[in-house]
Amino acid sequence: MNPLDIHPPLVEQLLVQFLREELASGSFSRAVIGISGGVDSALVAALCARALGPDNVLGVMMPYRTSNPDSEGHARLLASSLGIATRKVEITGMADGYLGAHGVDDRMRRGNVMARCRMIVLYDLSVEWKGLVIGTSNKTEILLGYSTQWGDSASALNPIGDLYKHQIYELARHMGVPSPILDKAPSADLFEGQTDEGELGFSYADVDRLLHQMVDLRMSERELVDAGFHVDFVRRIAARIAATQFKRVMPLIAKLSQRTVNQDFRYLRDWGR
Amino acid sequence: MDCRLTVAQTNPALGNIGRNLEEHIAQVEAARRGGSQVIVFPELSLTGYFLKDQTAEVALSIKSREFARLAELSRDISIAVGFVERSDDGRIYNSVAFLEDGAVLHVHRKVHLVTYGMFDEMREFAAGDSFTTFRSRHGRFGLLVCEDAWHVSSGYQHFLAGADALLVMCCSPGRGVDGGARELASEHTWRTLLEAYGLLFQTWVVYSNRVGWEDGVFFWGGSRVIDPFGAESARLLGLEPGRLDVRLTSDALRRARVATPLRRDSRPDLLARALDRQSDGRSA
Repeated sequence: MNPLDIHPPLVEQLLVQFLREELASGSFSRAVIGISGGVDSALVAALCARALGPDNVLGVMMPYRTSNPDSEGHARLLASSLGIATRKVEITGMADGYLGAHGVDDRMRRGNVMARCRMIVLYDLSVEWKGLVIGTSNKTEILLGYSTQWGDSASALNPIGDLYKHQIYELARHMGVPSPILDKAPSADLFEGQTDEGELGFSYADVDRLLHQMVDLRMSERELVDAGFHVDFVRRIAARIAATQFKRVMPLIAKLSQRTVNQDFRYLRDWGR
Repeated sequence: MDCRLTVAQTNPALGNIGRNLEEHIAQVEAARRGGSQVIVFPELSLTGYFLKDQTAEVALSIKSREFARLAELSRDISIAVGFVERSDDGRIYNSVAFLEDGAVLHVHRKVHLVTYGMFDEMREFAAGDSFTTFRSRHGRFGLLVCEDAWHVSSGYQHFLAGADALLVMCCSPGRGVDGGARELASEHTWRTLLEAYGLLFQTWVVYSNRVGWEDGVFFWGGSRVIDPFGAESARLLGLEPGRLDVRLTSDALRRARVATPLRRDSRPDLLARALDRQSDGRSA
């Protein structure tokens, strides 16, 4: 047995309750999700459909002109299997309006602009749909900082942010996510031929195991090396986590007054609900 | 001890005392109609848990009008509630109160404030400084608030004082879904702890834990009652609000204590001597 294994019915029950209750605490009952054709957003859409009913879930497909057509095909397959509403919003016009006019060629910058265009669409549609944007970042990518800040990482609620990629697959299989989505290589599809594992330089299986032992089990570098991880891999991942901490916190505010937001003005978001 | 007791597994609204008080009243009325003589709510049942800066804003004196309403209800049924207490000297405690016959009979202030990991109680609360049992018309009770139960000395003091039932009132967040386990790690841990308390202290152990979510953290419920032999007598299933009705009897206490006379054979004098040696600076 993999130590990361979950019991999917238990986790499903918890996440369905999380979605219902935390949406309700903001007086919402509807969800907007960017569905990319990948497993993370497929799982989130399935959880939302289970929690809120398919009629209350809007899946938004937002291709750019270079996106792999399979991505949209898989997103449509998912939406029809769940019975959720869909909307297709091409982001080519809005993205190229900036990228072309300003001659942005750098691959990372282009990817970030696309991710932020999608965020703009989702947040706008959430007003029309009277729902909240539900996040699709998993724990592996959150810890690695493998996301665009205020882009794909932006959401009101995230049901899957404490599940490693391995656990995402377990739960997605349990929830009946269609097999073409489960079987393909994970990709952000920001440029042709991109795969997560190719870009990161290691496999999800390896990094999930390492992160679980390093973060959840609090094992030291010596213990991790004794457990069979290469010391360079351990140090590289530890450095990456620390270097991307800025993506996991709110912006820093210069403290000047006696009471400063997020320093000594401390309330939950559920405050007053 | 021979009483019909209800555990109310509630989902308090964060910081909303008015709404929570109405819910308490509804639960008390329902339990009373069902013939219960005691009702036990979770820790901080009047306020919710992750209060942060709301803590001082929702603090109540036991002389408040909210307590006057609960006291009125306690003429018909004894009530254990959790609340943020503002003491006469202005300190703020994480407290539980036991009301009976129209008055507050006993207040326990949480001694072991949990301040690690996801918890920050020592920042919000002053710590209580004693574990004292009290005699209710339904038997001798000892109160523990969540982390109090993690320190075996807490339960041991109630054991020495002859508690018939421990009321363990909690806001325990659920966590730990790995290892392929069918239950949460938190549930496994608490079950082990509570059953050990029943077994070693030979009392009824009433565990009242809340449910619901606060900013992405859930409380796993699982309220239950353990008998004086350490076996589960009843529990609520699932993560939803609910009420659990049980009967606590002296017969079970007597049988457990005759079969294995732990309190008779306990040697608190040895512990006292060891503690004396420690406080003298010598090795225990």
